[in-house]
Amino acid sequence: MSEQKLRVIGLEKGFTLHNQGGLRLPVLHGVDLAVAAGDCVVLRGPSGAGKSTLLRALYGNYLIEHGHVLVRHEDRVIDLATAPPRLVLEMRQRTMGFVSQFLRVIPRIPTLDIVAEPLRKLGIAAEAARERAGALLERLAIPQRLWSLPPATFSGGEQQRVNIARGLIAERPIILLDEPTASLDDRNRAIAIELIDEVRKRGSAIVGIFHDLAVREALGTQDFEIPHAEAA
Amino acid sequence: MSELSLSDVSASQHEPPLLRVTGLSKSFGAVVACRNVSFALWPGEVLGVVGESGSGKTTLLNCVAARLQPDAGRIEFQLRDGRVAELFEMSEPARRMLMRTDWGVVHQNPRDGLRLGVSAGANVGERLMAVGARHYGEIRGAASDWLRKVEIEVARIDDPPSTFSGGMQQRLQIARNLVSRPRLVLMDEPTGGLDVSVQARLLDLLRGLCDELRLAAIVVTHDLGVARLLAHRLMVMRGGEIVESGLTDQVLDDPQHPYSQLLVSSILQ
Repeated sequence: MSEQKLRVIGLEKGFTLHNQGGLRLPVLHGVDLAVAAGDCVVLRGPSGAGKSTLLRALYGNYLIEHGHVLVRHEDRVIDLATAPPRLVLEMRQRTMGFVSQFLRVIPRIPTLDIVAEPLRKLGIAAEAARERAGALLERLAIPQRLWSLPPATFSGGEQQRVNIARGLIAERPIILLDEPTASLDDRNRAIAIELIDEVRKRGSAIVGIFHDLAVREALGTQDFEIPHAEAA
Repeated sequence: MSELSLSDVSASQHEPPLLRVTGLSKSFGAVVACRNVSFALWPGEVLGVVGESGSGKTTLLNCVAARLQPDAGRIEFQLRDGRVAELFEMSEPARRMLMRTDWGVVHQNPRDGLRLGVSAGANVGERLMAVGARHYGEIRGAASDWLRKVEIEVARIDDPPSTFSGGMQQRLQIARNLVSRPRLVLMDEPTGGLDVSVQARLLDLLRGLCDELRLAAIVVTHDLGVARLLAHRLMVMRGGEIVESGLTDQVLDDPQHPYSQLLVSSILQ
């Protein structure tokens, strides 16, 4: 059996809307999940089942209310439910990557530097980081004349490919994907799938949400159905 | 061992913080501006403080900057030699020296942080002279380097900042503060008076410098967009108290306290 990278134990998560009279929305209840190196777990469930909520909880973006999210971070095991913010940030640099549907970056930074940034934060020299960023952008068919521009003016599909490049470049041991190929055409979707699958085969553990059946079939090694949260 | 289990969870390790504020309170007459505020800041960390006007965030910053004496509480700072000193237990000259060398303060209004009548170069060089630099060529060289770093044309080195635009003045103020390589920088609405286009450039610059110099910073802002881009961690203040704190994106995307929820839901998209 491959080494486990991520394990969820009895995760519960809901939202309390204090400005709506304290309305309580339970979303996740009793989620147990284990993900090993080389796995690509596809989160399944109807809209509103909590797929994105679970993915965000795995990244520390949503607060974990009850239960545990154990993460192998270098030679340690960390519970995201109790990890201090500084440690979560360190884990995001070295262990966990997240590719969302939309690119959210500081304005004005050239595309090449946006993609290279995760490597720079790992201490890799600017030149080497840019070179690898360029290679990745080239594979994702982003024309070189765009590399020096900030991606704000790019098309949705181009931005998404920049986002994928930024999310995969560091080949972190755990990669979380939220509809990474939603606005790509067939050709670019195929390239993205190929890249993600290569990273998985090299040993990253992947958890993702993919609405597209072809993407699910190409990437998924197992499905995970989100259990029903009881209405409170 | 390939399975992850709860019994293997590591206890979190604690390196000592650069700054530790404990139980800080400050009132103006009957008005409580800060009530029992505690937090810590580590090297390389940018802490955002958000909240509406009157929430106590600027008073907190002024206490930490030793411009206001708190009624209660401790502000401890780890000196370069590793010793920990309480700000108001230090002698006045020692505290001033610390402020000039190890701390920087970036004011919302650059006119409060610059000397408008002297040249840009002198504004930057002054802090170096305060820490003992005397060689004119070296001071001018360092000033040129810093003007370049903050994207001000070196040709402007002899011009007074009164001839600069607001964005340039703000960048000059940052250069003036960082030239002495402080380890802690306090910023009050650093992009407050600037056009949106100039704001982005300044934020980008600040983020790069914080990373490069491993600066610790406290940034007070009412702009949640600025907080999201700049701060690693966030504290939400209301009525002089910290009502919520945590990872910036977690506080903004999954706020827990009623007031944080109100604040986040009030942003114009």
